[in-house]
Amino acid sequence: MKKALRVAAVGATLALSGLSLVACSNGGGSSPAAQGGNDTGPITYVQGKDTSGNIPKLAAMWNADHAKEKVKVIQQSDNADQQLQDLTQHLQQKLSDYDVMSTDVVWTAQLAAKGWLQPLTGDYKLDLSGYLPSVVKSGEYVGTQYAAPSVTDSQLLYYRKDLLGSKAVPTTFAEMMALCPVAKKAGVDCYAGQFAKYEGLTVNFNEVVTSNGGTVVDEKGKPTLDTPEAEKGLQELVDAFKNGNIPKAAVSYQEQQGLNSFEQGKLMFLNNWPYMVADIANSDQAKDIRSKYAIAGYPGKSAVGGHNLAINAYSKHKGTALKFIKFMESEEVQKNRVEKESVAPTLSSLYSDTSFTDKYPYLVPLKKSLDSAVARPITPYYNGVTQAIQNNIFQALQTASTGGSVDVKSVLSTTSKAIEAAGSGS
Amino acid sequence: MTALAAPPNSPPKLAGRASAEANRRRMTRVAYGLLAPTIIAMLVVVAYPIVQSIIQSFNSDASGIDPKTGLFRAGGFVGLQNYTNWLFQQCQVGGVTQACPAGSPQAGFYNSVFVTFFFTIVTVALETVFGVWMAFIMNRNFRGRGILRAAVLVPWAIPTAVTAKLWYFIFDPSGVLNTVLNVNVLWLSDLWASRFAIIIADTWKTTPFMALLILAGLQLIPEETYEAAKMDGSSTIQTFFRITLPLLKPALVVAILFRTLDALRMYDLPAILTGGGGGGGQGTQTLSILVVKQIQQSNDSASALSTITFLIIFAVAFIFIRVLGANLTGNAPKARRVAKEA
Repeated sequence: MKKALRVAAVGATLALSGLSLVACSNGGGSSPAAQGGNDTGPITYVQGKDTSGNIPKLAAMWNADHAKEKVKVIQQSDNADQQLQDLTQHLQQKLSDYDVMSTDVVWTAQLAAKGWLQPLTGDYKLDLSGYLPSVVKSGEYVGTQYAAPSVTDSQLLYYRKDLLGSKAVPTTFAEMMALCPVAKKAGVDCYAGQFAKYEGLTVNFNEVVTSNGGTVVDEKGKPTLDTPEAEKGLQELVDAFKNGNIPKAAVSYQEQQGLNSFEQGKLMFLNNWPYMVADIANSDQAKDIRSKYAIAGYPGKSAVGGHNLAINAYSKHKGTALKFIKFMESEEVQKNRVEKESVAPTLSSLYSDTSFTDKYPYLVPLKKSLDSAVARPITPYYNGVTQAIQNNIFQALQTASTGGSVDVKSVLSTTSKAIEAAGSGS
Repeated sequence: MTALAAPPNSPPKLAGRASAEANRRRMTRVAYGLLAPTIIAMLVVVAYPIVQSIIQSFNSDASGIDPKTGLFRAGGFVGLQNYTNWLFQQCQVGGVTQACPAGSPQAGFYNSVFVTFFFTIVTVALETVFGVWMAFIMNRNFRGRGILRAAVLVPWAIPTAVTAKLWYFIFDPSGVLNTVLNVNVLWLSDLWASRFAIIIADTWKTTPFMALLILAGLQLIPEETYEAAKMDGSSTIQTFFRITLPLLKPALVVAILFRTLDALRMYDLPAILTGGGGGGGQGTQTLSILVVKQIQQSNDSASALSTITFLIIFAVAFIFIRVLGANLTGNAPKARRVAKEA
């Protein structure tokens, strides 16, 4: 009996581990995205937490006209890593329960490379000619469009117009640094962005490299940091940390800490996202600077943020999913989302519609940023690549902030090697 | 008569033994039957994830990218490569195994091992000292003892995530601590300041746990021993080292073992306070944080790392039970013997 039980237990374990083997082998490989077949029916739209409460209203709008193709909205957590994890878990098991997915611009490549996204080609082709080119590109992987632009984002320069006076608003990093004596005289810090060790650092690093004409990786995902352009970009940050133009504390700044400093009147230039406008308008600590600040386009080339819309390759109602994406892309919905959610639209025409931009003045500098904005590295190994950047660049900036010497060339060469290692999947 | 009586006597005796045997077997069967649901549940809940994770650790989930389609190529069995990558800090770049460049996860392995053990040793030492001290105070008879005991428990009762956020605000560059001390320390990004920030927060949070376990041990020491010691003219210090400590040892060892195992898998405090950063960016990156970071990059490599972490913790627990004779199984005599031998 004892023996029989033991055998049974071992058998059960083996059977279970057998299952897990099957589960493991589901990973990469062939694409399940069968072409054709405009199946319609009820669908599910999934995105991160909607703090505006507007998305259910949009869904109700759609449902009123599509009784047989109703959409159900699922909201994930408000944390990007958790959102990606949730999508990964569903897609890994080939579940069809998410039809349309809101995907962060940096996820396109990694989801597409697993064969989880329906290519937007053939029957699924969308006319994207009216949308911002830099955003359309963020939904592309190896020459195929996998995701359609929905809402975008790019960084802006928040500055103290009272301190700047009649001087011109800087359009490059160097011009901005040249204005730092003004800040010094006023007894405030000059410039801050996001330099803590997290995704924001990758964004800020990407910006200084691309603003100087460099790139982080090429189209094949190979690092391209061993260039004078990239060196110049990193050198700008290192020098600014060294001479105190960027305060020492900025190595711990995420979006909020930088904003706090700006709102408390301790900072002249801040690189941050558009949603800070609302915070400055409402926050109590910002009351002293509320009338003294203005916004301009990022001094250089900003990174692209925002979310695209993609169809699950395993979806059972791809026809409806495509129609829903077209609905979300429509001018009507894009305008509605600007009004209700203060997002940045992806339809170019909205930025040139002066009757519209007069109502939402932040769209003007935003367009300036978006026109020159550059996507972060497009690679299926994005997590590894961004870690490689964060680990190396953070160390360099941290050293610079404490007065140590930094050899920019060797930092970039190590970063390149780490990106290459990450791109080899280890 | 006796010779005659014997034969009829023995068969019933035999039958008795046989029936006892059958009885015991039946009992065993019933016991196994009753335990079966638990055993199966344990297999599903405990064994399955462990086995799956170990299987994964010998595989690679993708072996590169098809340059034409951009799709991942399926991986396969890679033997011990995931393990050697961590232990020898190797990376495969373009199919060639070489030393990992700085900034790749494997290159941070020994740093994480150091950080994990550093946190464990320092926090457990501090918590033991403070725990004993607090237990002694709580063990005294005085008015308001109940309130004190409840108050001491508060830090332990707060969820770690909340504790971490609480300290996050305290340690903010323009937060309470810097303002009160009138200093300008970057508690969450400086190398040693961030390490000590985590040690302070962890000690604040888990000392009550230690204190309560030690208090339970203190209350088991009979009052008479103290009276006897007093009669013999023992000083307070002598009483502590000659009576209290030896009698407290079983409880103390179990408390220290629990805390050590807990501290070795420390994740939430540093994850929320510093995100594993500090100094050059990995100053507070414990092994668990490294595992979670690696999961996003490669499940299989992360499985290997979590297996390594599991083995390290297992080894520490093993050494503890062997050397200090921590009595966890209820086998007190054996534990005592082991302790004596050690």
